[in-house]
Amino acid sequence: MSKRQSSTKDRTSAIQHPASSGEATLRVVFVGHVDHGKSTLIGRILSDTNSLPEGKLEQVQRACAAENMEFEFAFLLDALLEEQEQNITIDTTQIPFKTAKRNYMIIDAPGHKEFLKNMITGASNADAAVLVIAANEGVQEQSKRHAYLLSLLGVRQFCVVVNKMDLADYSEARFLEIEKKYREFLKTLNLETNVFIPASARFGENITVRSTKMQWHRGPTLAEALDAMTPLAPPIDLPLRLCVQDVYKFDDRRIIAGRIETGTLQVGDELVFSPANKTSIVQSIEHWQPASTAATSPRGNGGMAIAGDSIGITLQEQIFVERGYVASHSKDTPIETNRFHADLFWIARQPARLSHLYTARLATQEVKCQIVSLDEVMDSSSLERNPTKADQLARNEVGRLTIQTRAPIVLDNHDRLPPLGRFVLVDDGMICGGGIIHGGVYTDRSAIKSKNIFWSEGKITAQARATQHGHRGAVVWLTGLSGSGKSTIAQALERELFIRAMHPYVLDGDNVRHGLNSNLGFAPEDRVENIRRVSEVAKLMADAGNVVITAFISPYRADRQRARAIAMEGNAEFIEVFVDAPLEVCEERDPKNLYKKARAGQIREFTGIDAPYESPVDPEIVVQTNQQSVEESVASILERLLPRLK
Amino acid sequence: MMTRTHLDRLENQSVFIFREAYHAFKNIAMPWSMGKDSNVLIWLASKAFFGRVPFPVLHIDTTYEFPEMLEFREWATAHYKLNLIVKINEEARARGVGYETHDPVTVTHELKTVALQQAMAQYKWDALITGIRRDEDPTRAKERYFSKRNAQFEWDYKDQPPEFWGQFATTAADGEHVRVQLLLDWTEVDIWRYIQRENIPIPKMYFAKNGQRYRSLGCSPITKPIASNADTIDAIIAELETTRTSERAGRAQDHHERNAMQKLRAKGFL
Repeated sequence: MSKRQSSTKDRTSAIQHPASSGEATLRVVFVGHVDHGKSTLIGRILSDTNSLPEGKLEQVQRACAAENMEFEFAFLLDALLEEQEQNITIDTTQIPFKTAKRNYMIIDAPGHKEFLKNMITGASNADAAVLVIAANEGVQEQSKRHAYLLSLLGVRQFCVVVNKMDLADYSEARFLEIEKKYREFLKTLNLETNVFIPASARFGENITVRSTKMQWHRGPTLAEALDAMTPLAPPIDLPLRLCVQDVYKFDDRRIIAGRIETGTLQVGDELVFSPANKTSIVQSIEHWQPASTAATSPRGNGGMAIAGDSIGITLQEQIFVERGYVASHSKDTPIETNRFHADLFWIARQPARLSHLYTARLATQEVKCQIVSLDEVMDSSSLERNPTKADQLARNEVGRLTIQTRAPIVLDNHDRLPPLGRFVLVDDGMICGGGIIHGGVYTDRSAIKSKNIFWSEGKITAQARATQHGHRGAVVWLTGLSGSGKSTIAQALERELFIRAMHPYVLDGDNVRHGLNSNLGFAPEDRVENIRRVSEVAKLMADAGNVVITAFISPYRADRQRARAIAMEGNAEFIEVFVDAPLEVCEERDPKNLYKKARAGQIREFTGIDAPYESPVDPEIVVQTNQQSVEESVASILERLLPRLK
Repeated sequence: MMTRTHLDRLENQSVFIFREAYHAFKNIAMPWSMGKDSNVLIWLASKAFFGRVPFPVLHIDTTYEFPEMLEFREWATAHYKLNLIVKINEEARARGVGYETHDPVTVTHELKTVALQQAMAQYKWDALITGIRRDEDPTRAKERYFSKRNAQFEWDYKDQPPEFWGQFATTAADGEHVRVQLLLDWTEVDIWRYIQRENIPIPKMYFAKNGQRYRSLGCSPITKPIASNADTIDAIIAELETTRTSERAGRAQDHHERNAMQKLRAKGFL
């Protein structure tokens, strides 16, 4: 160890700076409407707290003088050439400064709408926020939008700077007017702050020095307000969630590595791993800690780990665990589901689309998913929620929607446990949006286990398949005359179910007669056998979890009755849909020229002409295609079908 | 012990990112300059992977290394059981590229960036772990933890992917790679405090001798020591807390022309 030069002696000679106590840095995001003076405010703070590199202030002042420009504090921020050219802040920037109390990291988020993703990047891990509103312009669209996004991202600690008071004659009335208006708005977001600061960044009023021009202000300066804030404490009081990143087998230990998002964990704890729902006891918490460092490092006393710790554990019983699993204590397990509700903000150029296959990432989980319904879209300027019939969510919009995953996902409601209550959607490797989960229902895990849900061992049940598919299997049996519209409706219905991420499949004459039933003709006994085989295939497919839509004339009640009996044998829902249209209408449509051929005697025993059609006596659903459009017919089927598939 | 210090948080975050990167990329490597930040990376990797550095460590040898650094390289490689790869741009050296005849920006580009490109072409790494920090230089303030470089090593800092809630952009197309920058949130003082707390071995050139020490270590002809009597970590930290001079002030390639650092970085410099 001859190379090691680090010495810990001579500790007493170290100059004790106020900020060197090791107190955590406070990360503060600054947001504000464009031109409300955010950059000036940051430049002023850096300058007044002596946080600028040596000579920087003078250098910028000289440059301004040379160009015959008035010096502005905002220039201090212009780190990149492009920014100076475009005169806008292009991306999130992090700038350190310190007060007598502690170190700060300023996260400068742009006020431009199109740079939402950068603001989110910056604000998502901030401890606190400073919202800047110009006194002359007052509360603007961005002032509201930023506050809303901060609330969505979970930033709860903030203060409001009413800047440019010099342009409002340092008027208390104007300040109170803005404060009142903004406070009312914040209340609608369930945000609250008592800290409103009248200030002028340009002239340094109430930034670090108390203003003599606004002696009516009794609250703190900005620096005082920041010093009164606290870094986010690790959420140790919430239930344990350890999110598995990987399982390492570098030596004879099998170490489960991950980060504790919330709660605490101790050696000897019994952990439940979701989604496998298997349990084991923590045997050890593993650390790499060379003997030479044990004295100075706080770790290594390892019987316990807390929220925020990146740890490794070994288990007493070697159960199967992989990346994505979430460990909890058995008394407080997360929700396990394949369907959840969320508020989603979208930042990709390409809009979010219903039925498009995305990848959801939640902590270390990664599952394929689809947006199956979009219920409300937030208006970007009024921030009102409006019901929507849209099937996509544009860039910079926020929508309330339902997501269905292809595999079980482990989550919590955001208001209960934020780290497991938020997720991102990824498309083609790019993060396109982020969401906050709400409305999930917690269930008693031991009860689920006894119900033989699919992750338990043994035969895979219909219920298990239904859980994974998000719907039950069923047979939707369309019956009606030739030309009544069965095939058209079947295909339209199939598409509607498909975009809801369901698993529909149409069985019709074309795909059955050519293969499975290619040895059958149209004689009465062949028709009976045709329908029998279709019934059996439909049952099997429904048992496999599909929504089978059959489109056959199936003229005889007895045949349809048997189809129903066969489906029931397989425990599949059977829904008879009478596609009703008068014979003359069907004959006039005659899409395949079959009526003409039948009238001409070229086809024998054609239903409705020289063979009977027995109308259903009590069908589940009737659609009248001579009165309803295809869309209306499909809508009326969906209305009654969807509830039966849950 | 239910509280965590600032350094604990930084360590936890870096270990988390290390593991995310190790999972996300098949073929990963870590450039290692033997400087203090580089050695903190080795230390954090050992923490993340329980005493192992489970990927190759790359030293871009410009052939202008301080002898003390090479000595340290040898010692540390054995000490940490590193899988060390040494890369020299032999072609440029054969052409006579060197500080004796060329300007520092050209030499740094040829002997560091091009050498790195050559190593990338040879080993086809899809990710590189780097130790850059936001506080080092204004252009680094805008970096992400996971930062993609195209086949020409260019960094598109105007259109960077969003990064939040511990979710990173982890995909790289053929020829692209991702820089994983897990010391971004650390400051120079944090690095020193952590070296002190963990007793991390570092080259002795950082400590003052005869009234001079190196604050940042690069190629010997263009790296100048600063006037300092700081011969212990405590003294270095005390010195840093009073200085307002930038860390890389002693690195000539940064100052050769206006915006040199930005040009170097846009071309792929670490």
